[in-house]
Amino acid sequence: MSTITALRSRHLLGIAELDPSEIDLILQTATAMKEVGARPIKKVPTLRGRTIINLFFEASTRTRMSFELAEKRLSADTLGMTTAGSSVAKGETLSDTARTLEAMSPDMIVMRHASSGAPQHLARICRASIINAGDGMHEHPTQALLDAFTMVEHKNRLAGLRVAIVGDLAHSRVLRSNVLLLTRMGADVRACGPATLVPPGLDRLGVRVSTSIDEAIDGADVVMMLRVQHERMHGLFLPSLREYFALFGLTASRLERAAPDVIVMHPGPMNRGVEIDSEVADGPWSVILDQVANGVAVRMAVLYLLAGEERDHFKS
Amino acid sequence: MARTLTRIAHEILERNRGVEDLALVGIRARGVPLAERLAAHLHEFSGVTVPTGALDITLYRDDLMHHAVGPQPVIRSTEISFSTDDRLILLVDDVLFTGRTIRAALDALIDFGRPRAIQLVALIDRGHRELPIRADYVGRNIPTSRQQSVQVRLREIDGKDEVEVEG
Repeated sequence: MSTITALRSRHLLGIAELDPSEIDLILQTATAMKEVGARPIKKVPTLRGRTIINLFFEASTRTRMSFELAEKRLSADTLGMTTAGSSVAKGETLSDTARTLEAMSPDMIVMRHASSGAPQHLARICRASIINAGDGMHEHPTQALLDAFTMVEHKNRLAGLRVAIVGDLAHSRVLRSNVLLLTRMGADVRACGPATLVPPGLDRLGVRVSTSIDEAIDGADVVMMLRVQHERMHGLFLPSLREYFALFGLTASRLERAAPDVIVMHPGPMNRGVEIDSEVADGPWSVILDQVANGVAVRMAVLYLLAGEERDHFKS
Repeated sequence: MARTLTRIAHEILERNRGVEDLALVGIRARGVPLAERLAAHLHEFSGVTVPTGALDITLYRDDLMHHAVGPQPVIRSTEISFSTDDRLILLVDDVLFTGRTIRAALDALIDFGRPRAIQLVALIDRGHRELPIRADYVGRNIPTSRQQSVQVRLREIDGKDEVEVEG
């Protein structure tokens, strides 16, 4: 049980700003929120009258829908903006877009952007609470929180848990947020990927880095596969996807090296036959669909907790 | 407190002529052990096991977004593992005061289904209602001033049974 009852910040910009008791509070609140999703009427009036803008400057299906569902289950009024067909396509700057939206007095803005640090920028110029839904190669805090929630649900703990994260380490904000969260909570994290996709300095974050998947998943309680992000690579880093699968793809036979009750995770969308074999993705180890379901509960928890912080802000 | 709960259990049986479609729902935190104790009494007197659930009303509170300062209340889980449809639900709380908690609990309960009826059990009624709500079963009426606080302590949570009026 968490020892605190509030987050320190009114924004959620990254895992880097959260301490372990804040992470515990979010996970504990998410447990209660998950129960709401199991009711016949999956809606509570908690954020009635609150306005939330979902600002997605980068393609997203599951994160955007997950946030929207979380907002609706808490009875907030939500509106979405994607870049195609918006003023952004007409050349408006991020600051001007933010100021325009701010004039409509939203209580929170959920933002995804291709540039690292864009939510930090927004937090400086907006009165609304900002939630980072993924910024460039920097952070994706709600993904790491839902991953942690899923691990706790299956393994009852994070401390001491052996977690192997395999794939494109260089371009992954999911990796970064997960490493920050898991090391902070005392998990034993190993990361593995092709040498061309290992960012410099990763080992300094308290992670054991390896270029052998067999070494990384040896005895692992959790194997988290990352998506090969073709769209960020332009063919420079990998000879071919077939070779990638041969060297780094997760197959049932490779998984035999892991702990007998290993769980397999993937933030989605999956490239079957590239980073993960269909037999594994659909197999008994897979908790990939649990991650999706838990995403809604974790985002409800974040929205609820930040709504409290916001009141403090308006008072001061 | 034990005698009071025994008496309330008898009243429940008398008023409802049986326990076939009854269910108890305790409001967190202290309504939950009270509901469990009532269920034990009802079992003892009638031989029937009455299903018991726990309700957290935090997400339904009307004051959540109105406090000028302060953190959000911590949410505990709601556990109602039976269908509430067509049942007589006995809602159980420790102290009945403004009635706002009960208003929130009624909203929450109605989202779980369509009970045949809902009755309210309060261990203590201290007055000062702000809403048109009254209890069907009252352990004890305690006159208080609005500024006082009434603390119910239960052995399941606090290690001992007692009611204290402070201030």
